[in-house]
Amino acid sequence: MEILMSIVAGILFMAATYLMLSKSLLRIIIGTGLLSHGAHLLILTMGGLKQGTVPLLSEKAASYVDPLPQALILTAIVISFGVTSFFLVLAYRSYQELGTDDMEQLRGNDQQ
Amino acid sequence: MTLLHWAILAPFLFATFIPLVYKKIPKIHTGWFVLVLPVVLFLYFLQLLLSQKHQETMISTVEWIPSLGINFTAYVDGLGLLFALLITGIGSLVVLYSIYYLSKEKEQLHTFYVYLLMFMGAMLGVVLSDNTIVLYTFWELTSFSSFLLIGYWYHREKSIYGAQKSMLITVFGGLSMLGGFILLYLMTGTFSIRETIANVDTILSHDLFLFAMILILLGAFTKSAQFPFYIWLPDAMEAPTPVSAYLHSATMVKAGIYLVARFSPIFAFSAEWFWTVSLFGIFTLFWGSFNAVKQTDLKAILAFSTVSQLGMIMSLLGVGAASLHFENVQFYTVATLAAIFHLINHATFKGSLFMVVGIIDHETGTRDIRKLGGLMSLMPITFTIAIIGAFSMAGLPPFNGFLSKEMFFTSMIRVLEMDLFRADTWGILLPILAWTGSVFTFLYSMVLVFKTFTGKLQKEKLPKVPHEAPIGMLIPPIILASLVVIFGFFPDLLAYTLIEPAMASVLPSLLTDKDHFHVHIEMWHGFTPELFMTIGVILLGTVLFLTLPKWKKIYNLQPEKLTLNKMYDRFLSTLDDTSSRFTRFYMTGFIRDYLVYIFAFMIVLVGTSMAIQEAFSFNPDHSASIGIYEVILALVMIAGTLTTVFSKSRLTAIIALGSVGYSLSLFFVLFRAPDLALTQLIIETVSVALFLLAFYHLPELKRKEKRLRFRIVNFIISLGVGTIVTLVAISSHSERVSETIASYFIENSYELGGGKNMVNVILVDFRGFDTMFEITVLGIAALAIYSMIKLRLSRREEG
Repeated sequence: MEILMSIVAGILFMAATYLMLSKSLLRIIIGTGLLSHGAHLLILTMGGLKQGTVPLLSEKAASYVDPLPQALILTAIVISFGVTSFFLVLAYRSYQELGTDDMEQLRGNDQQ
Repeated sequence: MTLLHWAILAPFLFATFIPLVYKKIPKIHTGWFVLVLPVVLFLYFLQLLLSQKHQETMISTVEWIPSLGINFTAYVDGLGLLFALLITGIGSLVVLYSIYYLSKEKEQLHTFYVYLLMFMGAMLGVVLSDNTIVLYTFWELTSFSSFLLIGYWYHREKSIYGAQKSMLITVFGGLSMLGGFILLYLMTGTFSIRETIANVDTILSHDLFLFAMILILLGAFTKSAQFPFYIWLPDAMEAPTPVSAYLHSATMVKAGIYLVARFSPIFAFSAEWFWTVSLFGIFTLFWGSFNAVKQTDLKAILAFSTVSQLGMIMSLLGVGAASLHFENVQFYTVATLAAIFHLINHATFKGSLFMVVGIIDHETGTRDIRKLGGLMSLMPITFTIAIIGAFSMAGLPPFNGFLSKEMFFTSMIRVLEMDLFRADTWGILLPILAWTGSVFTFLYSMVLVFKTFTGKLQKEKLPKVPHEAPIGMLIPPIILASLVVIFGFFPDLLAYTLIEPAMASVLPSLLTDKDHFHVHIEMWHGFTPELFMTIGVILLGTVLFLTLPKWKKIYNLQPEKLTLNKMYDRFLSTLDDTSSRFTRFYMTGFIRDYLVYIFAFMIVLVGTSMAIQEAFSFNPDHSASIGIYEVILALVMIAGTLTTVFSKSRLTAIIALGSVGYSLSLFFVLFRAPDLALTQLIIETVSVALFLLAFYHLPELKRKEKRLRFRIVNFIISLGVGTIVTLVAISSHSERVSETIASYFIENSYELGGGKNMVNVILVDFRGFDTMFEITVLGIAALAIYSMIKLRLSRREEG
């Protein structure tokens, strides 16, 4: 199972990289979204899959899944959400001010 | 802190008051106040000289950085004292001269004297320090103060060029020297020169010996303007003439000589030292004197002549090093004797010549020998000084230059008799180059005097009406010229006071307890080969001088492109061009390119280091079984991902991204993570809404949906990233090293945390700090978004 999930995460990373290398700002942000999905999936996979029941003590089960990666992912989701929303608003503002979302035109170079 | 330390630091302390004096007492030339210090210091060192005739050395230490073995150890022996006397003595004369040379009204005197005093202190520090690191510190200070003094007239482009050139070359050498010192420290474990000399046996057999020698010699050669590093010295002539006289003839350029002499006891046993120092020196002698003849600027002639004379001293030190291998000490140490004697002589006559040139420049307004001539009757005193200096430089009797030139020939001839380092074969180069160099030396000395002072006076070409200089300007060169004559007639005055102790510092291993070198210099040796060589020099020199216009064309044989100056300039501009071209090549300004670099490096670094460590592994034993739901969901997710990538429209891409997020939350359900599934669902919904918002505000012109262009480089890079991530994930899962700490949370979340939801207990109790800062992140993001939308400063300014 972990191998399958590793491959899925790898595909997510691959798609994310491809999108981040493209010209449009929006596609780059979509790429970062995919990248964080991939990373979260990877954390969960590396923590081990399906080795017990949900991490709630009220279940009174013999074994539980590892709660620590879940806590880490929860933190990561919230942070990446904060960053993504900031980034999106930044992109929205740069559309408004600069009138473009083409990264080749948004070239930071003092020669221009 | 002893008196000696205060003597070294005095110029620096004194320099801090100079600007104050300059501002407060504008009526008196600041130089008069400055003059006090070098005179007092000179008297102090003179008193040291007289009180320690019997080679007692003074040493005292002030701790600076004791934990690193770096201490300010002041140390006086024969060599150090000789240099200290030169520095302070000529320093006093130069300050006196500069009082008349620099105008009180037109010049910024305080900066001049501050730089000059800084230089004096630094130079004293160089010659009186026993610690190599302290020596290096003072050494760089001399480079800096020389830089400041060369660029004294900073509004002139040539001054800036000369200052920069000398800075680059001498600092290059200084840094090499520091490297050499550090290697010496690695070999011996001490920074003290005296202790290093005591450990000479370990150094000689050490692997790093040769590297340390080359690095230290680089420092000495750059500072002392040896071939091919001499090129900065002619350009340093843009400095005011007192500076040229002081720094670039008498003192700073001799710092390299000092270094070679000081480190002779360590390196002199090796053949490499002998050959490098002698050959570079003798070639510099020849090259400098050869090039001096073609110069038309008086100061340029003197600059090349300085280069050549420094080469002579250097070669003498190299040859003198060979005496360590012979029983017949007296026969070979004559080279070292000549080196030290000529060092003194050169300081006297070159100082006076520079001052003479300064006077000519000051009184006629030009230094170009094509415009000068016939000044003999107008400036008789200056002429007399010039003729004494130039004849001494040419090596004519009865001046001191003659004596040192004779000894120079003697030691070069004696090289032929050495059965050492194959000197019997290649050694023949030394006397030949020495003799030809001397011919040219004679030639340019004659050019210097006779083109300037004899011939016709060309009044119309001179900017000023020439007349004799004021007496104050003449006193310093008169003193130096008298020394030239006095040392010429009574060389034994110097023999046991200055020269012999200095020789003892250069060649300490040749002396047993309370032993002395026999130093005796006299004018007349009888009809020796050296005398005939001198006669030959004079004869050939005179012939060449008289026929100079006929053969001067040979200087055009060297193509302009191949001169060292052009090479230096070309090197600098190529360096400049290449680096800016290189920067422009990879700093494209496109964010995509930088991402390509980052991803490519990640792939290469992670991939190769995993491959080198043979860390890729595949072991499905620990894996959970694959269920049908997960496979279906994985396919859905992959389909969503691919749709995101290949969709033509952005709207499809956003919706596909949403589908990936929802299938991730379904995975969280399948893998038993209810809190994650909840959060992921909500957050994915909000993000998709945000994406749609951003999409809605796209500018009009870009609303035409364009098909994505497929880029092969992007594809390869992203394939690489995906593969590397997958491989690393599989390998790390296969090679699990230790058990998780999950059991602790499972056992204690109720007992210690009082909650049954383990994830929540971890978030707010066990690892509450993470949560606190994650809340901070959200808060900052919210504030930033608010201010980004609300604050529009640029538009308000425009409106």
